[in-house]
Amino acid sequence: MRLSLEKRQALTDLWLVGPATLALVVFIFVPVAIVAVLSFTDYQFGAASFNWSGLDNYIKLFSSSIGRRAVTNTLIYVAIVIPFSVGLGLLVAIGLHQMTQWAPRMSNVMKTIYFLPVAATLVAMSVAWQMVLHPSLGIVNQALFSAGLPTPNWLSDRGLVLYTLAMIGIWQSIGYNMVLFLAGLAAIPSELYDAAEVDGAGGVWSRFWTVTWPMLGPTTLFVMVVTATNAFRVFETVASMTKGGPAFASDTLVYALYREGFVYFKAGYASAITMVFFAFLLALALVQFRLVEKRVHYR
Amino acid sequence: MTTILELRDVTRRFGQKTVLNSVSIKIEQGSFTALLGASGCGKSTSLRIMAGLDRPTSGDVLLGGSDVSRQSAYERNVAMVFQSYALYPHLTVAQNITLPLTMRHLSPLGRIPLLGSLVPGVAEARRTIRTKVGEAAEVLGLNELLDRKPGQLSGGQKQRVALGRALVRDPSLFLLDEPLSNLDARLRVRMRTEISALHRRTGKAFIYVTHDQTEAMAMADQIVVMIDGRVAQAGSPRDLYERPANRDVAAFIGHNAINLLEPGDGIEAGNTIVGLRPEDLSPADTGALLLRLESAEYLGSEIVLSLRSARGTEIRAIAASDFAVPAPGSEIRLGYAQDRLHMFDPATGIRQEKAA
Repeated sequence: MRLSLEKRQALTDLWLVGPATLALVVFIFVPVAIVAVLSFTDYQFGAASFNWSGLDNYIKLFSSSIGRRAVTNTLIYVAIVIPFSVGLGLLVAIGLHQMTQWAPRMSNVMKTIYFLPVAATLVAMSVAWQMVLHPSLGIVNQALFSAGLPTPNWLSDRGLVLYTLAMIGIWQSIGYNMVLFLAGLAAIPSELYDAAEVDGAGGVWSRFWTVTWPMLGPTTLFVMVVTATNAFRVFETVASMTKGGPAFASDTLVYALYREGFVYFKAGYASAITMVFFAFLLALALVQFRLVEKRVHYR
Repeated sequence: MTTILELRDVTRRFGQKTVLNSVSIKIEQGSFTALLGASGCGKSTSLRIMAGLDRPTSGDVLLGGSDVSRQSAYERNVAMVFQSYALYPHLTVAQNITLPLTMRHLSPLGRIPLLGSLVPGVAEARRTIRTKVGEAAEVLGLNELLDRKPGQLSGGQKQRVALGRALVRDPSLFLLDEPLSNLDARLRVRMRTEISALHRRTGKAFIYVTHDQTEAMAMADQIVVMIDGRVAQAGSPRDLYERPANRDVAAFIGHNAINLLEPGDGIEAGNTIVGLRPEDLSPADTGALLLRLESAEYLGSEIVLSLRSARGTEIRAIAASDFAVPAPGSEIRLGYAQDRLHMFDPATGIRQEKAA
């Protein structure tokens, strides 16, 4: 017996969507639900039982100085990385996009160089940075010293370490943002620039505000979301260079969750941190898409 | 009549490729000129050079008698309408039309929202701008659409906004780059009339790039036919139709493609190619030409006959709609008037005046 056309089409749809949906449920939704449940318990890895502890884990995160540190450090880190990484990525992209017209080969070489940090393993790069920023032997301080400038302890000064990490985060993500912006720039119709020229908006500054910036709206939104998500997840540099130190000055949410969960085996507390982290990301994405989406697609 | 714009011996090369080869064009004040040609013939490049969006490799661009080769499009004060309309998608219709005016009449400081209104003279300038935008919107029937974004408009409406943006600033001349090619056939005919009306209303010179000879014939008072980066012929539509300067122009102009008969096709005129338009060739009992009918297309107002000469050349003719079409394969007599023949040199393709 043959099924009706509608039923066969429905079966095809199910067959196409089913496996991915199943994997998503099993590997993402169910674990998230388990983590959400665990965050209200005092469960420890390996323990046979657990007790419900209500909101204790959350209260601990937001009232203990270490927990608060991790939250504020992460927010500061994100607040520094987003504007600089997006802004510099855009600047580099515009520069290299212009450069393709008079020095295409040079432009391609530069693109590759800017993209290298994205392709490289951040842990390995962290080791390189550790050498570069070494208080006495690193080339940064050597250069500063020979110029007669103060030589700060980039990674062990409590007031400085977070900004050093943010700087590395920016360095690492510029290339990725540049590639996205380059694609956005290539998609701007050249007739719009011609129109701007005819209308008297042909200067560098007017061109940017009349055509480039508005036309890059959707790209910028996407770049912001991606950069923010990646900045919130900062982990490799912290783990490999500072271990959250000195004195938790560079402790971040994801590093704290790793430490609590996988070093101290406090699964309940780590789950609470995870949920907070998750909530931050969700809020960020919602704000960006709800508020900005309408303003960048011009419908 | 004074010349408003002139290209004098303009050549443009992109790398090795010569796109314009010593092109000279004169545009009269208040005229409507069509740059007509197939794609890649250099008509758009000519327009861009006129606008100041591109620079000639050699040659001069004269605007109102003075050399403007080094001036930008803005300094030349030309208005341009683009094929894709090139509206700013993030601005409303009103803002799109206003933009050229704010750029012209307000200082960079005065353009800043809120803060700008503190600058002396800005309120006054803004009032003038509002009036002008209102007038342009009125002329083009855009009043209902002023608050919409381009994304919400139909093709024809976008075209009107683009025209409005050009109209609002009182330019020295209007440049239109295939402005109707993205519209459907019916709308195209309507916009054609509107653009002609706009031309009469402004009294400014219009330069109109198109590949559609019907558009050029219908709107222009001067047509410049461009072929392979050269001006093949410039003249009134009637000139071009009745006295094409060479074979290529003859083939380009006219709703029905001209028949080009070689010696042996039935019309003997020495060693020349004879051009005869299908509309000048029709069935006649005493006609001089005997051809074999291949097919007939009934179009209502007329019948297009496809025929073949003894040598095998395809020839098209037009019969009145009441013509009784004989069976395909039969031979028909067709007649034409001697003065409708165009003679072209077989080697160069250049028009030859009749010996008599």
